[in-house]
Amino acid sequence: MLSPAGEAAQRLALLGWWLIGIAGAVVVIVAIVVLIPLAWRRQTIEETPPTGSAEHDEGKGPIIVLATISLLILVAAFAGTVVTMRAADAPSHTPTLTVRIVGHQWWWEVHYVSSDPSQSVITANEIHIPVGQPVRLLLQSADVVHSFWIPQLQGKVDLIPGQTNVSWIEADRAGTFGGQCAKYCGMQHAQMHLLVTADPPHAFTSWLDRQRQPATTPTDSLVAEGRASFVGNTCAFCHTIRGTQAVGRVGPDLTHLATRQTIAAGALPNTQAALLGWIADAPGLKPGTPMPRMNMDPRMTSAIVAYLRTLN
Amino acid sequence: MSTTLEQRLTRIWETPHDLVGQLTTVDHKIIGRRYLVTAFLFLVVGGLEALLMRWQLAQPNQHVLSADAYNKLFTMHGVTMIFWYASPMLSGFSNFLWPLLLGSRDMAFPRLNAFSYWVFLFSGLFLYSSVVVGQEPNAGWVSYAPLSGPMYDAGLNMQFYALGLLLLAVSTTAGAINFIATAAHLRAPGMTLARIPIVIWSTLTVSVAILFSLPPLTADCVYLYFEHRLGMHFFDPSGGGSPLLWEHLFWMFGHPWVYITVLPAMGMASMMIPTFSRRPLAGHRLVVGSTIATGAVGFSVWLHHMFSSGAPMGAMTFFVGASMLISLPSAVTVIAWVTTMWLGKPVVRTPMLFMLGFVVLFVIGGVSGVMTAAAPFDWQLTDTYFIVAHIHYVLLGINVFPVIAAMYYWLPKITGRMLSERLGTWSFWTMFIGFNVAFFPMHISGLLGMPRRIYTYPAGTGWDAVNLISTIGAVLFALGVLIFVIDAISSLRSGPPAGDNPWDAGTLEWSVPSPPPAYNFAVIPIVNSREPLWEKRLTVGIVEGIRAGPVLEEGRETIETTSVDARMADVLHMPEDTAWPLLTSMGVLAAGYALLAGSLLAIGIAAAWLFISITAWLWPSRAELAT
Repeated sequence: MLSPAGEAAQRLALLGWWLIGIAGAVVVIVAIVVLIPLAWRRQTIEETPPTGSAEHDEGKGPIIVLATISLLILVAAFAGTVVTMRAADAPSHTPTLTVRIVGHQWWWEVHYVSSDPSQSVITANEIHIPVGQPVRLLLQSADVVHSFWIPQLQGKVDLIPGQTNVSWIEADRAGTFGGQCAKYCGMQHAQMHLLVTADPPHAFTSWLDRQRQPATTPTDSLVAEGRASFVGNTCAFCHTIRGTQAVGRVGPDLTHLATRQTIAAGALPNTQAALLGWIADAPGLKPGTPMPRMNMDPRMTSAIVAYLRTLN
Repeated sequence: MSTTLEQRLTRIWETPHDLVGQLTTVDHKIIGRRYLVTAFLFLVVGGLEALLMRWQLAQPNQHVLSADAYNKLFTMHGVTMIFWYASPMLSGFSNFLWPLLLGSRDMAFPRLNAFSYWVFLFSGLFLYSSVVVGQEPNAGWVSYAPLSGPMYDAGLNMQFYALGLLLLAVSTTAGAINFIATAAHLRAPGMTLARIPIVIWSTLTVSVAILFSLPPLTADCVYLYFEHRLGMHFFDPSGGGSPLLWEHLFWMFGHPWVYITVLPAMGMASMMIPTFSRRPLAGHRLVVGSTIATGAVGFSVWLHHMFSSGAPMGAMTFFVGASMLISLPSAVTVIAWVTTMWLGKPVVRTPMLFMLGFVVLFVIGGVSGVMTAAAPFDWQLTDTYFIVAHIHYVLLGINVFPVIAAMYYWLPKITGRMLSERLGTWSFWTMFIGFNVAFFPMHISGLLGMPRRIYTYPAGTGWDAVNLISTIGAVLFALGVLIFVIDAISSLRSGPPAGDNPWDAGTLEWSVPSPPPAYNFAVIPIVNSREPLWEKRLTVGIVEGIRAGPVLEEGRETIETTSVDARMADVLHMPEDTAWPLLTSMGVLAAGYALLAGSLLAIGIAAAWLFISITAWLWPSRAELAT
């Protein structure tokens, strides 16, 4: 969070560095002031009778002076905080792109919102944004409270069932920025990762165009068998692959699964071996996941994986 | 003559050493000792839970614990430490010390005091009985809805949480009422408001805060229980409820609770630092005012736990201001301690060593608190290991360190034996270094983006080294606590006798023998200043020592004084030992299990039990009817 890659995170980091500086100075001063009166003391209690006044509060003067200085530091910190809070509330220019993110136990559903429904895109766990353009985020939850957090781009905003929170992100350079759910959301809270990839604008546009397309129709026979098995089996109850009869909405949309770097919200890499293992025994790899153990014969599993790996 | 008076008083006040005597006693010193031992055991259990978690996190992708086991452990660790250790430990000191500090022979309501302890013990056993059925609470100590609700957590887990906290609330509320009444009416004659020892002010402030902060938590727990048992929808948006309702109620309780677990410890520090600085506390009245202000402002900062929940800008601005403002009274207190040291001639013994470490840790926890109060930076910090670091600098730094200091300071009064200065020094340095090695790196892992409450993390995040260092520090810290335990236990056998006043301190508890006799004071003292035992030696002020007040040897009696100027008002007849507090608290425990089972018959039986035992408790004795 202290190596920001966007306007919002930069503002927060600047405030953070100021606070860390002030805090460090206060700690060092107090530590020194506490240790000084003791440095040369070796007396015992018996040698040191109590002194001072019984009922008059001595030492009030220095306490009030030092407390006033503390108050001034706090007022400065308050002012800096309010200025940063207002500045970070909205990007300096108006976002043109809106992404709706819905938290699930334990993955992220991502909608690219468009006024034309045919232009909308649904994907999961990996968000692409254009470099240098602010993106408006609508944050919702399908089940429990989650929290959206990409440390290099923006602070946390919770995804709370029954309400929509609004935030924004902007990346000032191309790259992939990691994050994960920040609000404890149950068994696999630790395995709810999210990637934000900032692409140069033209690359982003072609990525989005690609995502708008339905899945390609297989030509290879094994892949065709895999597609038939996916659509004909229970897979289709939970997952959507646009362009097929699989329209389930419980799990992530898999239309362009092969374009993603990871599966299971970052729990596993998107490789053939991981996909085979995941289909065979998802609860063994990510205990608690709603994805059941599929009791399919190995040939059918391989065919389905072969099909999934063509979904680019 | 005086020996026979003491013998008569002992006969009147002493708890019989047999089993019945132990179960029916209402002696605040025995109850206080039980609180201390029980709360310390919860500290040990919670600490072992923490060590298991540190083992899991020492390296990336470890499989020491399953996700489920880890989630239960951090929930139980947080709940144990915050609810069953931090506050009850301070209650233990308060129970033992208050009547001695105030010049009284017992607390205002000795039976209620016994009841508070038994319910505290039983509520802890109730919580930990969830381990027996393998359904420990698992939604974090904050247990946000709807994760904690029946849709996502259907077992008994969260019912153990809700009912356990409700039982504990019974104990805490009874204790708070007892402290308030005691401070108001059982002070020695002459102990005006201005002469009340500072630690009394702290505990009094938190006792009032408890009465106002527990109801939101009670509401949360009742709602959660109703969701689980009766299918209601307080927090479920699909049924018209709101998840934010849980969060607001929880933190309306939760933030004052932070001060409830640290203010009395700060009060104990304000007792120890003057003793070892060899002069009265500088700016006493400012510290009293700061204590009360902290307790009051503590009620208007709760939203800073929810800065990421999408609150409107105006609300956040208010809570940023209040959260920063509340550090001012703490700053005043720290400055007063440091001024006391500078104006005095500090003597470093083990309690003072802990105090010095404590002041530094307090300031680190305080400034990291100001950083989290800055909402925009908190959007980055919240729910990361930075917060884990902060909460431990607060709760270990401002609770555990003063508690261990207070053990070294007051155990000689409690047991009559001194602890070892050598082991104490070792214990301090091991704890202090271990603590900082364990928790300072967590600031960094948080700034590197490590969220809290994750059971594992992948390699290549840059979090490996800091986590390994934290684990090593945690082991070192545990060793430091172990050294203290060894020291405390061996002092019971072979510690040198403490004498009445081993630290040459100024307050009334040091005027009686160590350990104190059952009746505390043979003669009720009349005091003329804040440090009665120093009166004759302080350079300015009243030079009259403690005067002998009334004797009171016709039964269990103590003096009632007026609330403000502490003039003698009446002779209070204090209750005899009785089994009803124990039997009533067993009824409370039975009610807990009956509600857990959800059986109307069991609930009916528990209610009848409670009705009968409370009636019997309140039934006046012949002697009471005669007066």
